[in-house]
Amino acid sequence: MNILIGGAAGQGMETIAHLLGKALARAGFGVLTAKDYMSRVRGGHNFTRLRIAAETPWMAEDVTQLLVALNEETYSLHRQLLAENGKIIYDPDLFSITTDTGNLVPLPLESLSIKAGNKIMANTVAVGAVLALLSQDTSLVETLLLENFNPELAAQNITALHLGYSAAAKYCDGCFSLPQSKKSERQLYLDGNQTLGMAALASGCRFLAAYPMTPATGIMAYLAEKQESHGVVVEQAEDEIAAVNMVLGAAFSGARALTCTSGGGFSLMVEGVSLAGMTETPLVIVMAMRPGPATGLPTRTEQGDLEFVLHAGHGEFPRAILSATHIEDAFFRLNKAFDLAEKYQIPVIFLSDQHFADTARTVPPFDFGKLCYDRHLLTAETLTKPYRRYRYTASGVSPRALPGQFPHETVLADSDEHDEDGHIIEDAETRRRMTEKRLRKLESLAQEMEEPNLFGDQSGEVLLIGWGSTYGALREACIILQNKHVRASHLHFADLWPLPASSIKTLFLHFKQKICVENNATGQFSALIRRETGLVADRAILKFDGRPFLANEIVREVERNV
Amino acid sequence: MCKAADYLSKDTAWCAGCGNFAIREALAEALAQLKLAPHRILLCSGIGQAAKIPHYLRVNGFNGLHGRALPPAVGAKIANTSLKVIVESGDGDTYGEGGNHFIHTIRRNPDLAHFVHNNQVYGLTKGQASPTSDEGMRTTIQTSGVILPAFNPLAVALVMGAGFVARCFSGEKEHLMTTMKQALEFRGYALIDILQPCVSFNKVNTYAWYKKRVYFPQQHEQTDWNAALTLAREWGDQIPLGIFYNVPRATFESRIPALAHDQTALGTRPFDPASLASIQNEFL
Repeated sequence: MNILIGGAAGQGMETIAHLLGKALARAGFGVLTAKDYMSRVRGGHNFTRLRIAAETPWMAEDVTQLLVALNEETYSLHRQLLAENGKIIYDPDLFSITTDTGNLVPLPLESLSIKAGNKIMANTVAVGAVLALLSQDTSLVETLLLENFNPELAAQNITALHLGYSAAAKYCDGCFSLPQSKKSERQLYLDGNQTLGMAALASGCRFLAAYPMTPATGIMAYLAEKQESHGVVVEQAEDEIAAVNMVLGAAFSGARALTCTSGGGFSLMVEGVSLAGMTETPLVIVMAMRPGPATGLPTRTEQGDLEFVLHAGHGEFPRAILSATHIEDAFFRLNKAFDLAEKYQIPVIFLSDQHFADTARTVPPFDFGKLCYDRHLLTAETLTKPYRRYRYTASGVSPRALPGQFPHETVLADSDEHDEDGHIIEDAETRRRMTEKRLRKLESLAQEMEEPNLFGDQSGEVLLIGWGSTYGALREACIILQNKHVRASHLHFADLWPLPASSIKTLFLHFKQKICVENNATGQFSALIRRETGLVADRAILKFDGRPFLANEIVREVERNV
Repeated sequence: MCKAADYLSKDTAWCAGCGNFAIREALAEALAQLKLAPHRILLCSGIGQAAKIPHYLRVNGFNGLHGRALPPAVGAKIANTSLKVIVESGDGDTYGEGGNHFIHTIRRNPDLAHFVHNNQVYGLTKGQASPTSDEGMRTTIQTSGVILPAFNPLAVALVMGAGFVARCFSGEKEHLMTTMKQALEFRGYALIDILQPCVSFNKVNTYAWYKKRVYFPQQHEQTDWNAALTLAREWGDQIPLGIFYNVPRATFESRIPALAHDQTALGTRPFDPASLASIQNEFL
């Protein structure tokens, strides 16, 4: 069951989607909501897709059974997506529809809202109408309204909800039936940014400095709200240069720290990434991609910055790059990012994107006991005096102490090339040894990288290869192909660098067609695979219009050549 | 306890006669007199000749990027409020490349002492104009002389609300040392702009040039902001030295919930991820 809710910015589509999504999640349905919005505060055309199923959907679908058109543009733009017996909820006082007479549910949303006490509750009226069409009662939404508003406002909204419900019921009482829900199971309903924010907090992150930038700001907002209750410090820096340097200072003196940004902000942080490499200071950056170059499409999605983060920062130093594939995995993978950053004293870039950041899904509660928290610090027992910040070691990792941790021992970090004590040097021998020391970390770091996840058989006709947030679309595309009796499997990378390349070497031998699917224009990940393994994918399916892949688009492209 | 000499380390890469030496010695003496243990002190710097100072003092140091001395210092102070944080860099690093951080750090008012070695020229890159170079100074880049008016750090600091604003001269070492002590004991952001001759690249603002002009104003009221601003704007034949303004306000740390009531460093507070499982309940 798919619902598309559209209107101008400011009409409250997000509230509708949130109330419905959360209520249906509490009712035990599998729910997914995905936002499509413009970079403006008022007007324009924004919409949210809501998909409801017995199991949590992996991805939104194009075809829609119910269209909630808060303005005329929503109707004209999305009419062609309406299923044959689909319904259109709209306000005939705002615009009129002369065709599709069998599909129309005209409701005076605004006047019903005024009747309930205030004209700004037309969105709540629409929620009531949707519930009627889905044969769901209003009680769960009423509870949510009571949780979120003061009693007076909640009461008005509940009236609006009821008015919408009874008005719609007259047209079409229960004309859609939802699948059986798993009522007994508790499930979370949250989006990608909330997942990453919670993962940071639960990983012991105590400091975030960032500059607001879509689509990363949600992480900042999550942690900001937890400042008083959980002892985390959130500082809105004057720019991204300050943000990354504050985080490095905080990490140097012992806090687990994070910054988050998108491509433009990351560009400003790049010198700081290099500084983390040279000073061997742990650094975690969540880099939520959006289409560039420059300001690009600020509120849309792309996987266009993989090459950028692979090479960002002057000089040669080790780094790790991990990515957000889906909510269930990303929660634990960001925890891994914090651990790797401190274990190897390196910058770790965690790639997210607008699609992952803004898509909410129902998932089972996380097992927090599986999170790791090891600070990898020197202890009094392991301290060798005098303390040397950059002591040569076999692993390349020098024992890390904090300023003030040990009486009489001082810690010196330096962005110039330095000796074991951290003092500036210029001699060739120390330079060579220090470079080797830093790069030596890559050997054991590579062992930490997780091999890609394989869905489907180890051999077959089509191997779909992806990374990051395309996981859901690829997984569903693979299922659709399998149902059509195509022997398809889906191989998905979450850890990207150092590239875990063992399984792909074998799998390449056992599939007729290897297709790399990426949300970018140049096939950056296939290039990485080629560079690291010599393996060349047979085809690339690329999408770079600022929108995420839908499963049926991938299937269509695959079928073109099978 | 440490003597001043105990804080000094390593041979320096500074030119003979450089004003940096007196600044370093004054700081070592100030630290010794305040009985601050080296491991409790963090000295942050950017890039430049002055910014090499963490290598020449035996304290904790973070020698970061050009222009970025302040942000790591702010982050480090937040992470561990028990550290005595000092930031030292040159005029180019602080007022040019790092100008934005200068403005916003003053707004924040973290408890740190900021000592700017101001020689009105770029030394490490060999003699280009700095933001504080006087109009007319000829360099290999500003071939017809500097055409921009000089940046006035003390006036900017006062206007932005800095609580401790002072000017010193490396040729007045004892005054510099006592002013540094006061800045280190001040609760909040404390700026000392330290005039310092560059013997290699600044042929205008020499020891003799400064000596002829600097003076200590009599009967200045350090709580009078307007009088402080008047002093800050005085430049030319007469250059006033001293603490122009000294009025504390609430520090950044005291206004941050996680730091206001808990002096434990953020990184050493006990933590167990499993104990946080209930935070996910808001998504149920």
